Amino acid sequence: MSAVMQMEKAERRPLLRVSHLTKSYGEVTGCRDINFTLYPGEVIGIVGESGSGKSTLLNVLSAQMQPTSGTVEYDLKHRGMSDIFTLSEPERRKLMRTDWGIVHQNPRDGLRMEVSAGGNVGERLMAIGARHYGDIRAAGLDWLAKVELDTTRIDDRPKTFSGGMQQRLQIARNLVTNPRLVFMDEPTGGLDVSVQARLLDLLRGLVRELGIAAIIVTHDLAVVRLLADRLMVMRRGEVVEAGLTDQVLDDPHHPYTQLLVSSVLQV
Amino acid sequence: MSAVSAVQWDEAYNFAYLDEQTKRMIRRTILKAIAIPGYQVPFGGREMPLAYGWGTGGVQVTASVIGPDDTLKVIDQGADDTTNAVSIRRFFERVAGVETTETTEDADIIQTRHRIPEFPLREGQVLVYQVPQPEPLRKLEPRETETRKMHGYAEYGLMSVRLYEDIARYGHIATTYSYPVMVNGRYLMSPSPIPKFDNPKMENNPAIQLFGAGREKRIYAIPPYTQVKSLDFDDHPFKVQTWKECCALCGAKSSYLDEVILDDRGGRMFVCSDTNFCEDRRAKGHTGPLGADPAALAFAHKEPAQ
Repeated sequence: MSAVMQMEKAERRPLLRVSHLTKSYGEVTGCRDINFTLYPGEVIGIVGESGSGKSTLLNVLSAQMQPTSGTVEYDLKHRGMSDIFTLSEPERRKLMRTDWGIVHQNPRDGLRMEVSAGGNVGERLMAIGARHYGDIRAAGLDWLAKVELDTTRIDDRPKTFSGGMQQRLQIARNLVTNPRLVFMDEPTGGLDVSVQARLLDLLRGLVRELGIAAIIVTHDLAVVRLLADRLMVMRRGEVVEAGLTDQVLDDPHHPYTQLLVSSVLQV
Repeated sequence: MSAVSAVQWDEAYNFAYLDEQTKRMIRRTILKAIAIPGYQVPFGGREMPLAYGWGTGGVQVTASVIGPDDTLKVIDQGADDTTNAVSIRRFFERVAGVETTETTEDADIIQTRHRIPEFPLREGQVLVYQVPQPEPLRKLEPRETETRKMHGYAEYGLMSVRLYEDIARYGHIATTYSYPVMVNGRYLMSPSPIPKFDNPKMENNPAIQLFGAGREKRIYAIPPYTQVKSLDFDDHPFKVQTWKECCALCGAKSSYLDEVILDDRGGRMFVCSDTNFCEDRRAKGHTGPLGADPAALAFAHKEPAQ
């Protein structure tokens, strides 16, 4: 929490500003007129049912897809607020592998399955010029420990890991360059509940401890309850309700949010 | 040799087999490749009377740069007398009527499969490599669209991942051939499957080095006197192979050695992979531990060239 409070004392400069963002696939709308601002150290959750445009929005925000209209501005380290779509492709790719992290729902999309765990964690370091094997390996061991993976398995390939371990490895691989913003697409999807709980606990610890800002897309309200400071509820490509997470979940105003909250199964 | 070679070539073919338009196209590609050292230039590779994987790329490059007055040497794994070398040499004798040689010093063009000759090359010589897979990143990144971007933006971190994996698994960089190099500080390049022993010879070489990949239809080049650095880690620097033995026939201690099995009772010897280098040394009186052994010499004995 300390990182957030320090940020509050300093001048609050937004990290990411999204204005009138629209993405359509021909006649079909992916997402329409999305506006929000993300501050350093803040976690925003995006929830909604399947097909509501969550993943489209995340793909556009993380520069993996071009928007139809609107802008996504990011506070670049040496240039200040800039529209990420005006950057040249090498600049954007560099941003994506240094200052950003992208955690995919399926770890197979985010990991190199034929490369050892240590190599997976070290790849980003080598991509930005690390050429000392001992240092890269030390960073790998350090990060495996941080995501609670057995450090003796550093030379094993991810395909010998369980789903939860793969997901944790993917997180380590993304965080090794100390990104300021991490995009997560259903980070707990496909994991059983006890593994989910441990992963969420880990994520919450890392995000708070390192002061990372994150945008988390999920259909699981429990995930955003635990992780997100703020919440956006999407339906048919539009944001129908936004606000502080607890406020939205405890006192939903929009009928769709009410439906969403009430349809969570209670055990 | 020169007395046997006909000055004329088989008139049923255009000089050096390829038609003139194709040769011009390949020469343009070569010029571009030399202008951008290490960059893989696509070209319209032709079918050659040779199976893919046997040097179709190298043969096309040689056919495009060879002239009637040139002398050609062809080596396969360092040897002048193996099938691939003999048949490619015979091919050019027939379709270009050029002189051929086994002496590195006398050759204007040397087409090679997987070795660089031990004798230093000189200015004016052209070394043509046969390349099976021009893309050094291919095993790590299967998408061509992606590897092109990686070359375009000089994003070569992934190549270090492969070396990292080597050290993690074997304790040292275990890649011994096709060892990736950075050319002129810009392009990552596969040196074709030469042993890493030969990598240092590519740097600042006075000869022109041309690489032809027939199946993948790519040509790339290292111009004379170009910086060629083998990738490594600060704490695991690049090292070439060394042997405890010397060449059993000529006693050379500084050449690349092949292990040869002599019998089925465990008998073996190490001999120079570069046959021309080995013969030259023996002719000058150098001899190795098995230099007088008839069984060992039988392996060095060659069929007379036709």
